[in-house]
Order: sequence, then C-alpha cells, then structure tokens
Amino acid sequence: MHSREQHRGFRFDWITIVLFLLLVGFGWLNIMSASHEGDIVSYFDMSQLYGKHAIFIGLTFVLIILILSVEAKFYERFASIIYIVSMLALVGLFIFGKDVNGARSWYGIGSMTIQPSEFAKFATALALAKYMSDLQTDMDTVKDQLKAVGIIVLPAILILLQNDAGSTIVYASFFFVFYREGLQQVYLIIAISAIVLAVLALKFGILITAIAAAIVVSGIYFFRRKKRASILQSILILLVCISFSAGVRMFYDHVLKPHQQNRISLWLRLEKDPIKLEKMKKEEAYNLIQSEQAISSGGWTGKGFMQGTRTTGKFVPEQETDYIFSTVGEEWGFLGSSLVVLLFMGLIIRVLFLAESQKSQFSRVYGYGVASILFIHFTINTGMVMGLIPTVGIPLPFFSYGGSGLWGFTILLFIFIKLDSNKINEW
Amino acid sequence: MRKLLLLFTVITVGFLFIARLFYLQVYNKEAYSLFEDSAIRPVYDYPKRGYVYDRNGKLLVANQPSYDVMVIPREVEPLDDEQLNEFCKLLKISSEDYYKKFERAKNYSPRIPSVFVPQLSKKDYAVLQEKMRKFDGFYIQKRSLRDYQTSIGANVLGDLGEVNQRIIKRQPYYKMGDLIGKQGIELSYEDVLRGVKGIKFIQKDRFNKNIGPYKNGRFDTLPQPGKDIKITIDSELQQYGELLMTNKRGGIVAIDPTNGEILALVSAPSYNPNLLVGRERSKNFTKLYRDSIAKPLFDRGLQAQYPPGSPFKVINALIGLQEGVITPEEKVTCRMGYYYGSRRLTGCHHHKSPVDMNAGIAQSCNAYFVTAYRKIIDKYPDAGNGMNTWANHAKSFGLGNYLGYDLPVGQKGRIPDGDYYDRAYGDNRWGSTYIVSNAIGQGEVEATPIQLANMAAAIGNRGYYYTPHIIKEIEGDTIPSKYTTRRETTIDKRHFEPVIQGMFDVYNKGTAATLRIPGIDICGKTGTAENFVKIDSVKTQLTDHSIFVAFAPKDNPKIAIAVFVENGYWGSRFAGRMASLMIEKYIKGEITRTDMEHWILTHSLENEYAKPYSGEPFKINGETTLQVIDKVKPPNDNESNNSINSNANTPKL
Repeated sequence: MHSREQHRGFRFDWITIVLFLLLVGFGWLNIMSASHEGDIVSYFDMSQLYGKHAIFIGLTFVLIILILSVEAKFYERFASIIYIVSMLALVGLFIFGKDVNGARSWYGIGSMTIQPSEFAKFATALALAKYMSDLQTDMDTVKDQLKAVGIIVLPAILILLQNDAGSTIVYASFFFVFYREGLQQVYLIIAISAIVLAVLALKFGILITAIAAAIVVSGIYFFRRKKRASILQSILILLVCISFSAGVRMFYDHVLKPHQQNRISLWLRLEKDPIKLEKMKKEEAYNLIQSEQAISSGGWTGKGFMQGTRTTGKFVPEQETDYIFSTVGEEWGFLGSSLVVLLFMGLIIRVLFLAESQKSQFSRVYGYGVASILFIHFTINTGMVMGLIPTVGIPLPFFSYGGSGLWGFTILLFIFIKLDSNKINEW
Repeated sequence: MRKLLLLFTVITVGFLFIARLFYLQVYNKEAYSLFEDSAIRPVYDYPKRGYVYDRNGKLLVANQPSYDVMVIPREVEPLDDEQLNEFCKLLKISSEDYYKKFERAKNYSPRIPSVFVPQLSKKDYAVLQEKMRKFDGFYIQKRSLRDYQTSIGANVLGDLGEVNQRIIKRQPYYKMGDLIGKQGIELSYEDVLRGVKGIKFIQKDRFNKNIGPYKNGRFDTLPQPGKDIKITIDSELQQYGELLMTNKRGGIVAIDPTNGEILALVSAPSYNPNLLVGRERSKNFTKLYRDSIAKPLFDRGLQAQYPPGSPFKVINALIGLQEGVITPEEKVTCRMGYYYGSRRLTGCHHHKSPVDMNAGIAQSCNAYFVTAYRKIIDKYPDAGNGMNTWANHAKSFGLGNYLGYDLPVGQKGRIPDGDYYDRAYGDNRWGSTYIVSNAIGQGEVEATPIQLANMAAAIGNRGYYYTPHIIKEIEGDTIPSKYTTRRETTIDKRHFEPVIQGMFDVYNKGTAATLRIPGIDICGKTGTAENFVKIDSVKTQLTDHSIFVAFAPKDNPKIAIAVFVENGYWGSRFAGRMASLMIEKYIKGEITRTDMEHWILTHSLENEYAKPYSGEPFKINGETTLQVIDKVKPPNDNESNNSINSNANTPKL
C-alpha cells in the first residue's frame, strides 16, 4: 500500500487534513446556529450566512486541489513574487479599498468583498522562509536580521495604516520563527521582560514597577557569581526598564484611542469608579460579557445544537465571525469547547512536528510560520472570547464566518502540506 | 531547546484555556435554570382559583379579574420628568413611590419581573393599556382576585395576600407578586384551591423582542385549574350567628356530632371579607390588625382560651362514674359551698340540698362536683396518679391539646396532670384539696369554644366524636381520612345516660329553664367564667364571661354547640339564649322564640367593653345595668357584595 500511495503521490499528511476538515465542518455547524434567521430551508440558502459559507467551503476544496497539484518547487521559486503581489494588493487598498467598520481592509467586487490582509500572511511566511533559507543570508548578522524583520514589518505597517490593529498583532508571531532559527536568547528575555514590565506599569504604576525592577536587577547582580556584569551595566538596564515602563504608560495615556484604553483597562481591571465601570460594561465590554455569559451558560454538555438561548436570541454581536467560539461554549458546553481547544492544539502541534521533520530549511521555516500564525490567531481569539485577553478583533482560523479568512488559512496550511509531501524529493 | 519553546507555549495556553472553560462552565456555575436565563422570559398563566361553596351548595367565594403592572428593572429606560409625571398619574402613585417601588423590584432581581403596582381597577387598566407601550420594561399581567359573594364568615373564609420573600425562598413555586392564602380555608386549602400555574417560556433577542416560544414550547406547561371545595358551614346558620353576636364579642361553634362537620364558626366582632381584596387590602388589614381592643382578626371560636366553668362539671361526673367512685343516686349535701373541715373551699349558689347527680348537674352545684372530683383523685394512692388518670379521661374528649381541625389557628387549652402540679408545688407536696377548682371548670383547666363544642358532641354521641373539620367536599378528591375516623372517649357508653339526663334537666328545671325551645329536647349546661384582666398592671376583675354548651336533640343529636360571650355575665343570660336560638334555627329552620331573639338583638355589651378603657372606676357583674339598643337589622346579604363599608356587622374602620 505504502509504495502505491507514494507512486500516486498520496503522501499528504492525513492527520493534518482530518483535523482541518473537523475544524471547518464543526465551524460551519456553529455558523449555522449563530447566523440562521428563521427555519433552515436549505443548507445552501444563499440569503443566509451559513449558506454563503457553505459555498466558501466548497470553493475551498477547489483551492486545495489547485494548491496540491502545483509543483512544490513553485512556492519556493515564486515566494518573492507572491510577496510583492500581496504587498501591492495591500497598497492598492489605499486607492481602491472599501471602508467597513472604520477599517479600509476590503476590495469590493460586485456584492463580494475580499480582504487582502488574510492572504498577506501566507505570502509573508513564504517570503520569510525564502529569505532565511537563502544561502547568502546570515541570520547572525544584524544587517540580515533587520532585513528579515523588514519583510514582516512592511505588511504589518500597511495593515496598521488601514486601521486593522488586530491583524497587525499577528505578525508578532514570527518571533517564534526567528527564535527557532537561532535568534539570541537575550531577545527572548527582552521580549518576556517587556511584556511583564508593560503589564506591571499599567496595573500598579511606574513607581512600583521601578521598585520591582530594581529588586530583580540587583538580585541578579548579587547572586550571579560568575560572569558578573559591571555595576554600570546593571544600572543602565534598570534605567532602560524604568523608561520603558514610563513609555508604556505614556503610550497608553496619549497614543491609544479611548476604546483601546478601555479594553486594556477592563482586562487589567484598572477602573475603580463603579459608575464608569458600569458604563464600560454596557458599552466596551458588552460583547465580552455577553460572550462570557453565553459560554458559562453551557455547563458540562451545553444546551444542544441550535438550542442555545443566547445564540438564538443573538445576544452576542459578531457571533458568527470573531465570537464564534461563544456559540461552541453555549451549545456544546465544556466538553465541546474543550474538544475544539484540543483540536487546535493537535493541529498546531502536528504542524510543528512536521516542520521539525523537514529536510529543507525553506519548508521548516515556512512550517514554523504556519504553526505560529495559527497559534497566535487561536490564542488571541479564544482568549478574548473567554475574557483572558483584551479584546482584539481577529478571526478564529477555519471556524469564523468569512471567505477571505477561510481561504487565507487554507492556502497557508495546504502549501505546507504540499511542501511536506514533497520532502522525499528533496534528496 | 529552541525547538521546544513554541511547543510548550501551545501546550500551556491550551491547558490554560481548558482550565478557564472549566471555571466558567462547570466550577463557577449554578445549575442552569430557565428562570435565570436572561434570554428567556417566563410568562405565567394563572389558573382559576377554586370556588368555595357552603354545605348547601351556595357560592361563597368566586373570582374577579385584576390587572397588575409588572416591571423588569433591567429593561426600564430612565424616564424624564414629564414621562415620570404621566406614568405616576396613570398609576396613581407619587414619584417617591415610583422610585421606592423601582428600587425594591431591582433589589429583588433586575431581570425577573416583579409586580410594580398590584391590582388595578378595570377603569385604570383601560386607560393605562393604551399608554403602556411608551414605558419600556413595564407590562400588564392579568390575574384573578377573590370575589366574596357574602359578607359573613371572614374568619373561616380567610383571605389572600401577596407572598413575601420568606415564602418565596421556602417554596420556589411562588414568584414575587403571587397571591397565597393568608388566613382561614384559603390558607389551609391553599394547595387545593390554588391549582398549578402554567408557564410559557419565550425566547427573546438582545433587543428584548419576543422571537417565539423557547424550544417550540417543549418546557411550557398548561395551567391546572384549582379545585372547587364545599365547606361544612351552613351559611344561613353562620349568618344568623353573626347577627346574634352583633354588639357583643365572643364565639359560637356549632358541630354536627354525627360526622364532626363544623356548621357554624362565628367570631365577633368580624369584618366583611371583601375588605381584604385588592389594592386596599394592606391598608385595611393593618387597621384590623392594629385594633387591639376589638381584635377582629382574633378567632374567638378557635383561639379564645378560658377556664370553661360549669360545662366542664359534666366531664367530672362522667369520670367519676367511669372510675366507679360515685353513682347517679348518691347524694351530696351542699351548705352553700364545699367545706373541708371548717374551711370553705368553694362557694355555691342557693338551691335545694342534698343533691344527687341529676340535680347536681341541673343546679350546677359546686359542692357536688368537688366531692366527686376529690373522690376520683383520692381513689389512687397518691394525688399524682389520680390526677394523671383524671387528665387522660378528660383529654379523650379532645381537651387539652389541638383538636386537629383544618383551620390554621387554634389554642391547645389545658388539662393539668400530676407533673403539672409537681412542678407548681414540688413533687408530691400537694393533694386533692389544693386543686378543687378543676372540679368546677375553674382553676387550671382551660378550653376553647371549639373544644367545648366537640366535648358536647362527644357527650351527645355517648362516647365518641369525629375530629371537627371545615372541609366537606373537594372536587375530584376525598377529604382526609382523619376527618372520617371515629375517635372514642375513655368513658363507657352506659355512664352517659344519667349525665345527659342531668343536662336535659338543665333545660327542664335547672339553670336554663327559661331557654326551652318548644318541640326540641335540648341538653345543655350553663357556665360562667370569672374574668380578670390587667389594667395598668393591676389585676382587675371584669364582668364574668357567659358560656353555654349544648346539644340537641337529646337522642341522636344533630347539632352540638358552644357559645361564649365575653363579659356576658351568667351562662344563660347571653350564651344560653344564643345557643337555643341557633339550635332552633338549625333544626327547625325558623325562629319561634322571637321574644328571645328580640332580647338578644336589643341588648348590647359595647358599654361593658368600653369600661376598662374609660379610665374611671366601674362596676361589674350584678351591679351593672344592661345597655338596651334599637333592634339590630339583619344584613341583606345580596346588597353587601359590592358596598364594602355598609355592613352593620363590620366594625368601623
């Protein structure tokens, strides 16, 4: 059997494909529950969102067949061109784009809209893989490091300028790729320290953050016997920490828009005035509270498919897109929503595992990029819906309603499946 | 190690999320209830409350529609001044009331509907209904209220009131604003009369719009109507009893000895039951409740606990015969009292002496019964044993404990036993001479009118009774078996005849000779109970209570009755007359002794009741003169339905 499959080119990783199919299928059921108006007449009722999404899924399979039938080498060879086209599409938005909810992220074609930022992710991952696997690239030099960062920052800035802050954050996920490919340890420490300092500065103020930083820095200074850093260096680090904290504070107070401030304020429970808090709960946190309540009301086993009272009553706005996980929570309960979490974990870990087994650096870097992008989407989206992370509007891969998102993630994943299937030919 | 960072992060985040889900969905969550779900609105369908009929099928209690204004605080949009004014005007409340009621509803629950203003009149409802859509979060719920077809029997029929938080907590069936029986049969037969309300669960969207039944009505229930009941009260007899009691205070309890059915349960003063219906209920109830002088809410037939006086003597006669310490023929000398050595333990009135049992009962001779009582106690080696034996006999007549009838109020009465006196005097440091007052129904013995009526029934039945009860029939159900089970006394049947003959002679030649009803053989016993109260913490004697216990006819009695008139002086004066009239009314259906009826209806005790509150010195008993008034007009029952305050029976509110 094995040889025959090889012969026919059936060397795709079926575990990944099955996980993908489960997520897409289960996602569609939940979209149906969250979006249906009145009784369900036909599963392909184009006047309803679930009907449209069914069409999107159908087209997805066409896309998959196309991706898998193209020669694997094509993706490596044309990575730069794909990247350039994708960037041009992003730039073109400033001229031809269409405003939806204040973000200029869509092209309108007839009644359809297309969101190029969903396709920029795989393009960026391809370009980065191509650049990092290039024999002339030396990731130990700062110059090449900066170039690699530039590949990521370009789409991130273009998307930020289109007022889609959520999708911008996704590009931070490439940190995992860099780290895997040999980024110095110190960057990891800096990244973790920066997150901790930012949270401390916002939650407890600069003074306490400064004291905490001083204690940690002096602690490291005194207890590190060997390779003790100079006292000057330690003081410098401390000063950087303090000015970073102050910078975060200023950024929060003066740069962030009020709705962004409120989201962070709610997350860190900064607001003490009960009247303002009540107001925030009604406005900024309305989605979040509705979504948490919907999830909570699910209990162990949920209320049953199409039986969620909050889902049926449309209590959670945007439930078929960013908040789709709350439908899972309400109708399928703890068992169903844990299963979805496990499916995502399984998919990401599977992709990681395959990436590690790649022979070519291009495939490995790309695979890592896929895992990182899926991971950050999953973490931010589900974390937000269950109230662990401040509100950031990005979709849940394969689950949320929307053609661009579904296709973007499908292309991202299946290019990797194709690369993976080709690893034997690498010899 | 570089390979593992993302892997570990994925695994950590995954399990963190599963833990969070567990916290939200399993740990931090009370059992899911449709009632707590803000996406579901339960709409109640209140069933018809069961009707109440009297024993002859006359409708006493029906229903009338009423409209409650409900509020769901969470959904109320703040009203501006103009709206607030308009709304308050429509509801006839002040703006302070508005905020107070709103706060109360919000405290109860911001999501669950509460009654905002209960029981609108039909007219207010019509006006309000058109404007209602302007006020978000408020709606009108139809309910049904009681409609009393009669002005009598308030103490029996009882009333409905809104459930309070305590009831809601104990019985989750009830929701804020629901009505529940508060007194009388409404309380004791709440479960039967109430029915079960139906619920419809309505699915709402986030704009609070109804979008249809939840799960196609799978959890909806239909209301089950309350069952109609028939009570044992004879409304004509009840009404007549209330008429006789006009301007007096006291109770009348009439029982059918053949089955224990309560034919009449009069408590005076009373009130019109329609006073406690609708929006005025709490105002009126407070007035009735605060009337600490006339105490209209105090059921004197069930709760008035006094030394029974002479009617209790017949019990002593029966116990004496059963214990074999006396015979009907044995004679006792009475020298205007009972002497122990040279000490007079109790006085007596003037009558011929010596007396046998028959004359002892007929003349109510104190000396005779003290003698008999002492013989009972002294038959046993120590007084404690004697007292216990005596108490067991007395208790077998339903005295000294709750009778077990189906009305929610009552008193135990008291039959003292050996332990009681051991506690009072010290173990065995007392003897029969200490406690002779029990022989004549004074001292430590206490009973309520219904216990005395039941005692009369047991005597009339020659040794058994049925637990008195008010329920006659329940639609589609049977009444509890304890009301159809015969309960035996400890006295043999043969001992009753001489005692009953004595009670018969009370009418023939004794203390009630003037109260005879032609054609009916009545057996009775007069009673007079001394009456002490505390006025400004000084023990003061007031005019005696008038007591009468009777049954008729002598053979196969159809009615047993106890009448108790506060400050009525001697037994045959008020209570005896009333008992005779009630018996005649019940057995003949008409009154031939109109002279007696006229006397009762033209004599009032209101002056007597006012005395202790006058602040001036006053005279009692024989030194008083009776207050004569114009004859009381019997109320026209049909007219009194709708005009609440027009009833002569009703105390002024």
